[in-house]
Amino acid sequence: MMIDNSYQAVMARKNQIMKSAVGMDYSDFESGSIAFDYEAMMAATGYTLDMVIKTQAEFAIGNTPLIELKNITELSRKLAPSGKGARIFVKDEAANLSGSFKVRRAATSIHHAKRMGYKGVISATSGNYGAAVAACAAKAGLKCIVVQECFDSHHVGQPEIVEKARKCEALGAEVVQLTVGPELFYMFLRMLEDTGYFNASLYTPFGIAGIETLGYEIATQCRAQLGKDPDMVVCTNAGGGNLTGTARGLYKADCHPTIVAASVNLKGLHMASDTQFNLKSFTTGHTGFGVPFSTYPDRSDVPRSAARPLRYMDRYVTVNQGEVFYITEALAALEGMEKGPAGNTSLAAAFALSQQLDADKCIVVQETEYTGAGKHVNAQLSFARNNGIDIHFGNPHEEVAGKSIILPSHPSLISATDFDMRHLRASLIKNALATISHEPTDNDILFLAAETKTDVDFVKEIINETK
Amino acid sequence: MNREFSANNLVVLGDWVQVEITVLEPDERAKNIPDDTKQVPLQMWVKGYMQNESACMGDTVTVKTRVGRLVEGRLCAVNPCFEHNFGGFIPELLKIDDDVKAIVFGGENDD
Repeated sequence: MMIDNSYQAVMARKNQIMKSAVGMDYSDFESGSIAFDYEAMMAATGYTLDMVIKTQAEFAIGNTPLIELKNITELSRKLAPSGKGARIFVKDEAANLSGSFKVRRAATSIHHAKRMGYKGVISATSGNYGAAVAACAAKAGLKCIVVQECFDSHHVGQPEIVEKARKCEALGAEVVQLTVGPELFYMFLRMLEDTGYFNASLYTPFGIAGIETLGYEIATQCRAQLGKDPDMVVCTNAGGGNLTGTARGLYKADCHPTIVAASVNLKGLHMASDTQFNLKSFTTGHTGFGVPFSTYPDRSDVPRSAARPLRYMDRYVTVNQGEVFYITEALAALEGMEKGPAGNTSLAAAFALSQQLDADKCIVVQETEYTGAGKHVNAQLSFARNNGIDIHFGNPHEEVAGKSIILPSHPSLISATDFDMRHLRASLIKNALATISHEPTDNDILFLAAETKTDVDFVKEIINETK
Repeated sequence: MNREFSANNLVVLGDWVQVEITVLEPDERAKNIPDDTKQVPLQMWVKGYMQNESACMGDTVTVKTRVGRLVEGRLCAVNPCFEHNFGGFIPELLKIDDDVKAIVFGGENDD
């Protein structure tokens, strides 16, 4: 019998395809309403933190240096009010295999896929995760396909994504590239079905368990190097896995700093727009992913996302493209560290936040990423200028994403703008309520309190507001 | 990415090539996407060893990919390569360097 491979037919088979491609039956954790057993799903990997650390060590992943950015801190103190200017540290995740923290995520997935007897892995990603999966698959002897959204309809590739394609191919992967559009997911499902490969999704419990080691290392390294816990940890936020895994790892070390999410402000640009695709200079770490994935995590490529950032987030701040490019250049000029711009989103935010905290406090920026042709401050600014984006010095708060990139005329103009957390949390609750047609159960209310790091009273207040 | 080719060159069995596939025509695209995206087809590019005896650019051919999949599409490149780079000179980056160094280390000491 011919399999119906039309768009509608394949999308209708989604859950069935995912079940065999992840080897996990998500219905085991469902309550039949809004609530599901998140911790049971996380535990279903069967891998403890110690086991994940051991697996990553076998892949030569982890134990990246925690580096104090003394000159960036000094710059912050020159601009801060007297007594302010917290010390800024960065976890140099670019030192990992494949050049980013994403390989922590990939290692657990690939280890599991190999153990379960899958012949290969597939990942849908335009980001560093592709190279991470490719690197681990190479080491594990598994075949690997990376599916990218890469080009606009004129076949012009975003240079950052083209570079990631090159790296994936260099590491032995097959790269499938598409034009803009969420229907990429349809081809992804077809390839999963055709090959029988494992879905090395960013959003499975395997992936998130892999990042817990990053949070755990931050806690242990701060204790060893500083003799104390960090006061604040800043995470670049897109799909939410980075923040979720890092926070869970910190908590497992009994370390409870203020957890801050940071995204590049791309307000006004539609992520699925063909004509706007190449007008943005950041392909990840931006609000176009960060806000929707925070307030509705289950929009990902698995039935239930293990990345649920609002469970752990204390603050969510945005910075503009020009501010991130500025701090990327400052990191090279003052610290001798040349890194990819997107990973420095959290550094731009931390630079501003440092000026709000006392000088004896410590902020940890929990990642860097590799840089190279295409994914470099110079490459991105040049691409933007060629696309008609107006790049100039001025007040970065006047930047309009897709039209201008405003480099701060003075570093004192770099600031982190807080999102209203109440609004974000209320959005998550409202989005969850929209998925049911009955009254939320008591279990749902407890679940939503955990989902939003709030309490039952807050959830009930928001439910009442929607009536 | 290199999509240039000479129309006179015959591509032969075993050549490393790239094919282009139209996945969805504009009228088949998802409902919930922006209007500008709905007006263009969803296109896909795959690389592999050509399985046909010979072909010209634009012909429909089958390729065997790196993982061994057989994929059919329009032949669009032979020996495709990457040509992305670091872009043109951005003078603003030098000014940022000078400015932050001046604030942290003092700026007038090299004159």
